[in-house]
Amino acid sequence: MERDYKSHLIKALKKNVRYDGRKTDEYRDISIEYGLFHNAEGSARVKIGDTEVIAGTKLELNTPYSDRPDEGTIMVGVELTPIANPNFELGPPRIEAIEIARVVDRGIRESHMINMKKLCVKAGEAVWTVIIDIIPINDEGNLFDAASLAAMAALRDTKFPQVKDGKVDYEAEKTKETLPLEKEPISITVIKVGDDFVVDPTIKEWALMDSRLSVAVGKDEVIHALQKGEEKPMSLEDIKTIIKIAKVKAKELRKKL
Amino acid sequence: MSYNKRLDGRKMDELRPMEAKAGVIKRADGSAYFKIGNTWAYAAVYGPRNLYPKFKQDPSRAILRVNYNMLPFSGHGNRVRPGGNRRSKELSLVIEKALLPVLNLSDFPNSVIDLFIEFPQTDAGTRCAGICAASIALADAGIAMKDMVASVSVGRVDNAVVVDLNYDEEAYDAPVADVPVAILHRSKEISLLQMDGDITEEQLLKGLEMAEKACDKIHEVQVKALKAKYVEE
Repeated sequence: MERDYKSHLIKALKKNVRYDGRKTDEYRDISIEYGLFHNAEGSARVKIGDTEVIAGTKLELNTPYSDRPDEGTIMVGVELTPIANPNFELGPPRIEAIEIARVVDRGIRESHMINMKKLCVKAGEAVWTVIIDIIPINDEGNLFDAASLAAMAALRDTKFPQVKDGKVDYEAEKTKETLPLEKEPISITVIKVGDDFVVDPTIKEWALMDSRLSVAVGKDEVIHALQKGEEKPMSLEDIKTIIKIAKVKAKELRKKL
Repeated sequence: MSYNKRLDGRKMDELRPMEAKAGVIKRADGSAYFKIGNTWAYAAVYGPRNLYPKFKQDPSRAILRVNYNMLPFSGHGNRVRPGGNRRSKELSLVIEKALLPVLNLSDFPNSVIDLFIEFPQTDAGTRCAGICAASIALADAGIAMKDMVASVSVGRVDNAVVVDLNYDEEAYDAPVADVPVAILHRSKEISLLQMDGDITEEQLLKGLEMAEKACDKIHEVQVKALKAKYVEE
């Protein structure tokens, strides 16, 4: 059954047609809303077609790591809560959730989009920890890109809470001060099915792919994070093609932020 | 000191502004969100579906499996650590019991109806908002129900008996009692009743009377949400 589906999909892709009528390099409609959840320091909701992901940030004051006494830290969590997909189960994060969180984390960390030195309150004593939690509400495919976009949007929306006597006062109104963001990476995931490359895969396309590559592209087109997935290997040519697609698409998606 | 005026200016028997929508999660068999003030609950129903592992199956009926979960960024103050705790387990249990009376689980032997409730934002009254959302989601899933369930917390703040306490009221510096109640709409039977704080019998009974009226208002919002889904489609 699955093999029939796949040969059918490959045949259609050859003609540059997808099940939902899109071209292979076409994203579904994207919308981003900011500032929905007031107990979070920043929040956002991203919709890519019927896929819906929310993200929220919390800021905490902690003692810094001893090897980096003047730098803040970040933490990214993805919870594949069972509301979003009948196959998600309760319990501790499984490898699918951890992989998404790690790819988003690397994009943020390695692009240096948050100036960690500016998160230092007092060297060796107190620095800010930025915690980003990402939760899919409805999973119709491409959680990687939706999660990354939601994280970027929530970070943009983030405002520092007030500090009283060295402690965070979450009850008081937030300050107007935003995070020291520099260059946001945009994550683009391209899947390969047969010989064809497809962006923004639906769940059905995702289930039939041979391999995938997520590319986090910075503002200046520098690449900040890569993650290849699934069983089939890729040729150097494949990778070149995907990076080319990713750069074009990243520019498009960046405009939505 | 007496509590004559509520902190947010509401009347004693006034609910916070509500908003509800059915069918908000396409992948789920039934879904809804229910907002009351700053408390926001999403509910998704999956099933009836096969229950695994098999030894958990009951050949005489389905089981209702409820999971209450506050999202990490939903709380006042620090981040909520994901993965649940004793509190969320207990709330899952009382929400299940609040909804069971309206379901005919013997229709679905060996199955499970999964009900997942997630809170992106909380400001007191979460279990009640969860029940309100869940009732809409179960109806949206097309599961036969004898009645709808609405839920609200009533209680006492100092000398006043009030409906739908918010976070500031629960934390008010005076004797406070919080009484979450769930009421079946037609029979007016009570399927959830908890209390903590201190309250006299008189205040409690007055509160329960107010809860009944408030639940009628919530019921209107629930029915409107369900009907609106079919107007749009």
